[in-house]
Amino acid sequence: MTTSTQCAAIEVSCLSRRYGSKTALNQVSLQVKPGRVFGLVGGNGAGKTTLIKHLLGRLKPENGSVRVFGFDPVADPVAVLSRVGYLSENRDLPAWMRVDELIRYTQAFYPKWDTAYAEELRAQFGLNDRSKIKTLSRGENAKAGLLIALAYRPELLLLDEPSSGLDPVVRRDILEAIIRTVADAGRTVFFSSHLLEEVDRVADDIAMMFEGRVVLAGPLDEVKEKHRRLILRFDSPQPSPPKLSGVLSISGSGNEWTAICNGKRDEAVAATARAGGRVVAEDSPSLDEIFVAWSEAKTT
Amino acid sequence: MQLHVSTGDGVPIYLQIANQVKHLVASGRLAPGDELSPIRVLAHQLLVNPNTVARAYLELEREGVVQKRHGSGTYVSEGGSPLARKERLRIISERVDALLVEARHLQVEPQELLRLIRERSQAIQPKEEK
Repeated sequence: MTTSTQCAAIEVSCLSRRYGSKTALNQVSLQVKPGRVFGLVGGNGAGKTTLIKHLLGRLKPENGSVRVFGFDPVADPVAVLSRVGYLSENRDLPAWMRVDELIRYTQAFYPKWDTAYAEELRAQFGLNDRSKIKTLSRGENAKAGLLIALAYRPELLLLDEPSSGLDPVVRRDILEAIIRTVADAGRTVFFSSHLLEEVDRVADDIAMMFEGRVVLAGPLDEVKEKHRRLILRFDSPQPSPPKLSGVLSISGSGNEWTAICNGKRDEAVAATARAGGRVVAEDSPSLDEIFVAWSEAKTT
Repeated sequence: MQLHVSTGDGVPIYLQIANQVKHLVASGRLAPGDELSPIRVLAHQLLVNPNTVARAYLELEREGVVQKRHGSGTYVSEGGSPLARKERLRIISERVDALLVEARHLQVEPQELLRLIRERSQAIQPKEEK
């Protein structure tokens, strides 16, 4: 147990959090291995930002525990924050500073700051030294935030909805930064997103959250291989969605229905036969479809 | 070596990469001894995780399509896939079965299917062998 805690970049066990009567996090457990890109997927209000705040020690666990590189972020913030580069969803940079001032200001906090790398990123991102933060566009603001999160080469890059509201060119810069970070041996990326296309591209592992709970977690390839999309055809039209065991969600009308299942394909096929139907086509659903299937499974 | 990944369908990206490299080798666009793009270069080009590219290359290496040379790069194997003939036939039989099922669903007769296979086979032949 001790060994695995020391090995994991992030280890969250049975973390729960309530805001008044609302449960923001419900028994969340997840593990992020070093050197991997971990994508946290969930709708608005699923609890992603609350979870990230716990990783940074900005919220104290009510129940359960959080460890980042084996350290408790609340008890030992210096050990955690000196290893973590963080880009917040709101990009709360000091508006009155210039870009060069922001860089010098942030540099002062980090002994490992890499001046050459910071300058390389500034040039690559096309940020003007003399521009005031408050005059930056949304995309430039995100790049400035990314620059100061990356320039001390953190062991863990933590990004909260890095692409939200950004154009494709800036999103590309952010994806490149993720790829570069993890290509630099041993470094780890944890990011939350509702843009599944991006998660699909860069994540090694994912966790899917709904209403404060992790409903699905694992290596992305495994998740995709375990889910199957079955097109079902029934001899007689079905007035309502057929209830079939082994099926996560079902949609369609009349004789033909599309079912998504998770690992229980054979069970679903047998249930379909019992209900007077058969499988006419089968393939792999996209991450988008898997997400929708789980969100429907949650509400029924 | 130009590959394209799509995230719209459910095929894992490492498999898309591996399948496209196999296709390039089978169609002669990658010849034995050719070097594959280095992992980081391809990851950057496709905007995908380098671990994913590494997994695709590992898969191709395991199947004998490519070989890693110590301290340099990944190259297309000389003399084709070393898989035993029986094993290769087993793999391709599975694909044939899937194709036959699909053809049947789409009401394409076996005769027509054979004609199509011959046609496609000619279309993907490397030019010099035509």
